[in-house]
Amino acid sequence: MEFAELIKTPRVDGVILHRPFMPTVEGTLCLTGHHLILSSRQDNTEELWLLHSNIDCIEKRFLGSQGRIIVKCKDLRVIQLDIPGMEECLNIASSIEALSTLDILSLMYPFFYRPMFEVLEDGWNSFLPQNAFKDLETMTDEWRLSEVNKDFSVCASYPPLVAVPKGVDDDTLRKVATFRHGGRFPVLSYYHKKNGMVMMRAGQPLAGTNGRRCKEDEKLINATLRPGKRGYIIDTRAANVAQQAKARGGGFESEANYPQWRRISKAIERSNILQESLIKLVEALNDQSHNMDRWLSKLEASNWLTHVKEILTTACLAAQCIDREGASVLVHGTEGTDSTLQVTSLAQIILDPACRTIRGFQGLVEREWLQAGHPFHQRCAQSAFSNSKPRQEAPVFLLFLDCVWQIVRQFPCSFEFSDSFLVLVFEHAYASQFGTFLGNGTAERVKLSLPQKTVSLWSWVNRPQELQRLTNPLYEANSLVIWPSVAPQSLLLWEGVFLRWNRSSRCQDEAYEEMVHIIEYNKELQSKVNKLRRQLAQLETEDRLLQTP
Amino acid sequence: MEHIRLPKVEKVRLLDRVSPRRSRVGTLYLTATHTIFVENEAAVRSETWVLHSLVCSVEKQAATASGCSLLVRCKNFQVLHFVVPRERECHDVHLSLQRLSQPERCEELYCFSYKPNVDEEERRREWDFLDLKADYSRMGLPNSLWKLSPVNQHYKVSDTYPADLFVPQSATPPVIVGSSKFRSRGRFPTLSYYSKENHAAICRSSQPLSGFSARCLEDEQMLEAILRSNPRSDFMYVVDTRPKLNAIANRAAGKGYENEDNYSNIKFQFIGIENIHVMRNSQQKMLEVGYFCANAQMVYLFVCVCVCVCVHTQAVAEEGVSVLVHCSDGWDRTAQVCSVACVLLDPHYRTLRGFMKDWISFGHKFSHRCNHLVGDPKEMSPVIDQFLECAWQIMEQFPCAFEFNARFLITIHSHVYSCQYGNFIGNNQRERIALGLRERTHSLWSYLWKNKADYMNPLYRPDHRQTEGLLRPSTAPYCFKSWRGLYNRFDQGMHPRQSAEDYLSAIQEETQQLEDQLASHQRSPTAWALGSDMELANTPQDYAGGFVTSSPCQHKAPEGSLLLLTHDGNISNGSDQESGIADVSCLSPLSEDSARDPDSDEAAYSAA
Repeated sequence: MEFAELIKTPRVDGVILHRPFMPTVEGTLCLTGHHLILSSRQDNTEELWLLHSNIDCIEKRFLGSQGRIIVKCKDLRVIQLDIPGMEECLNIASSIEALSTLDILSLMYPFFYRPMFEVLEDGWNSFLPQNAFKDLETMTDEWRLSEVNKDFSVCASYPPLVAVPKGVDDDTLRKVATFRHGGRFPVLSYYHKKNGMVMMRAGQPLAGTNGRRCKEDEKLINATLRPGKRGYIIDTRAANVAQQAKARGGGFESEANYPQWRRISKAIERSNILQESLIKLVEALNDQSHNMDRWLSKLEASNWLTHVKEILTTACLAAQCIDREGASVLVHGTEGTDSTLQVTSLAQIILDPACRTIRGFQGLVEREWLQAGHPFHQRCAQSAFSNSKPRQEAPVFLLFLDCVWQIVRQFPCSFEFSDSFLVLVFEHAYASQFGTFLGNGTAERVKLSLPQKTVSLWSWVNRPQELQRLTNPLYEANSLVIWPSVAPQSLLLWEGVFLRWNRSSRCQDEAYEEMVHIIEYNKELQSKVNKLRRQLAQLETEDRLLQTP
Repeated sequence: MEHIRLPKVEKVRLLDRVSPRRSRVGTLYLTATHTIFVENEAAVRSETWVLHSLVCSVEKQAATASGCSLLVRCKNFQVLHFVVPRERECHDVHLSLQRLSQPERCEELYCFSYKPNVDEEERRREWDFLDLKADYSRMGLPNSLWKLSPVNQHYKVSDTYPADLFVPQSATPPVIVGSSKFRSRGRFPTLSYYSKENHAAICRSSQPLSGFSARCLEDEQMLEAILRSNPRSDFMYVVDTRPKLNAIANRAAGKGYENEDNYSNIKFQFIGIENIHVMRNSQQKMLEVGYFCANAQMVYLFVCVCVCVCVHTQAVAEEGVSVLVHCSDGWDRTAQVCSVACVLLDPHYRTLRGFMKDWISFGHKFSHRCNHLVGDPKEMSPVIDQFLECAWQIMEQFPCAFEFNARFLITIHSHVYSCQYGNFIGNNQRERIALGLRERTHSLWSYLWKNKADYMNPLYRPDHRQTEGLLRPSTAPYCFKSWRGLYNRFDQGMHPRQSAEDYLSAIQEETQQLEDQLASHQRSPTAWALGSDMELANTPQDYAGGFVTSSPCQHKAPEGSLLLLTHDGNISNGSDQESGIADVSCLSPLSEDSARDPDSDEAAYSAA
């Protein structure tokens, strides 16, 4: 298919663009296969390059012969284009609609994008499971890397290589896979070096109404327990939801069959409710009445911060079981690809200082989200402005990032990355020139040959000039476990994402620059003093040499 | 002393507010000025001190098997929940505390018995630190437009106004006196702030006694004089900060608002800030809920204050138009609006020294509003809380614009209620002089100034763009935040575990040392050769102190404020060094105690 078929009017002159916090620009609007471009062909005015895939929805309005298109983006920005001429406006609008809803992965921009920078390190190879496993091997020999899923036949959403207990063979894994939702048998998510406890994740057990059991499943997870020790199963669903799942062939681990495990139910909402929550939150933010009561009740009704609280609490709980109780943990919800990943990845942020570095965080996103089979393509197909009936869309990953931001706010010196790094990851998860977040799992990525045909986001990020921009100047490595507060008073609205287009960040940016300046000046003086000190030491030794003949 | 029925109670339990299962057992002492709880079992001696004057209410609950609960709520938002073993004892403590926390006579106030180790001459100098006249001369007054009027020298015209007042040059004593007779409590229009740059002024007064049709020639002349004192402008704003309905209701009582027809060239506006009773209930609601949400309207009311302030500061700064602000009596809403306007307009008021303005001389009724003495609870209202919060909200939007930090505002807040210093006692200047506060008490401002290192904002730079000129805060509802640092000050678990601000302050301190070293090196190279500074330079800075302490106010309790704050061994020791945080109690799942008691975790998880 040619993009040209979808583009009825490729260019319109005299279009006026309104953007938040920027002067209006008049110029020529061009539609290409992947971009909406507005250029004034003047120096010093910023052009607009908007990926069609970033467009969440558009609205058309007509004022006489003048058309107006309001473009609402997945990154929550809203821009307005005033187009002279009714027909042009209609053509542009229908083209944008067609191009932005194109659902064929192989036509996406990452397949056409050629990097304008030198790739120092190919991000596709930076975080391979085998490398992560090598790190694990330096700490323990109780685990092995299984190739049972090398052709994705055992579990479609797992990567070809997964870490499982050493004593469990591939045949057992195949049997366990038939007992777990989506074939997601329990695999290693995190190994806590301090006490050797582990966190595993899986899909729900297919116990059904008649309480089916699977000896191999029990054997597998029991293999991770120390003699005489109990473990915790954290079910990310409310108790009644887990109970109802039995009727559809799912369910949970019964106490009788898993006597060494204690089950704890935590209620993290399902994806459709999270999507509703995001839509309500953004609606509240764009409410023009500027009425305090209205804003507060709308914010409350959106329940967004309640979801943040639930997810964080569950992650803290998992982390506490591991670090404080010295117990191993198995986390699952229904499919094991959404709330499960939120919990396992956040628990690692809390427990593992390595995940709080820029590179460590990339590794975490790779391991716990991309390779773990979070269906990014489905979840991020639409964001807060979608007015079509939600299908699979949900801000699961955005909520994870929001939770990370909450922890960063509470420990501003313990993270190597700054707020802008999290915002960057959010943007690229929804629309990107890079292939990292395309597709729904490793199987799909392999099928599309993404590593060969597209550029990884990490290739771009892991270059000195980008890293410098994303580094937190306050960072000082903190090797301890960090326990965030989950009290409602401690949870804030993530300004960097939700207020980004509502209010100017100029004063906050200035404060940030000031902070950088204070720290840099300090470093400069330190190096001056050190240099002088070295000179002095040298003079002293020379002096001594002269004195001793 | 005669009010203490029971000086000491043993085996009292102090419950943790966040996780009530955690409690400490100890002995409760009542002294003339403080309630002191000393923990028995703690390895490190742990004491909790609460000043009686900070106690807002004492509530005794019905006795249960475990004892009798006593709930002590403080004006600084600390809540202490004691369980006293015997009902009789609880009753005695209850009555004693109730009496001690509500002195009947001014002489009983803590400031008259507070005697830090400062000699008399030094104490007198403390009061000279703040000079009201200096602020006027900073504004360039008196000048050809404004003069100091002796009319209220003996508080004869208005007993709630200060003695020294600035009025327009053309306002003669008969005009002033005439105008004062037409205003509630004689509070005639007088100068609050004057802009040297464009001659625009902010004046304040109380409501006119206009009723349905009354008018007063002198009052009209007075406004005319104010208008003429701003040569560049041909009109002025008159801002009534009340909701229109309230102002109309006042007309029936012979009060009301200015009729535009009677005054030449005024533009009249209502702003709609609710009265002190609405404010009091609003704060009450917010404290009940614990944080701000839809039915806690406190923040909503700040928006009003801010919006109206923004509107008319803009008038002053940009259009160069003078403004007269009033409400009913002109000492609550008017005081708030004028002071917030000053903070927005003039960078001077955003410095440590400038903020220490004399907020009281125009007769904000501190004694009544803060309930220093036993009195009408309906007179109590968080007017000053709101002003401090307005300053904080603006600070959050302009992180580089203020010389001081939030800790400064919180310390002021505590001392407004503590009665430890003489600054916030009494209802107006006349009362203060009668009480001899200058002669008998200490001044907070010089204490704050001495400890200013604790109150400096590391991001402030006098030559920064944000520091200069008018601030224009956004008043969109989502720009307002909940001030956890004040309202949840004593809920230790809720605060960020690391403070970027403290970290930056430490860095700045180190930078200062490095600069000194380099400077001394440049002066005398031999100083280095002698190695005099080497020791210092090789000692790494201790940043950990700033990290572990979660609550900024308890960061470093200097002598004066020590008595005010709960100082609890746990906080500064960092009970949980191992995890890098001070206290995980707020998180509540599995803290130390649940590790001991494995059966209870489930309850804790679901509670969290």
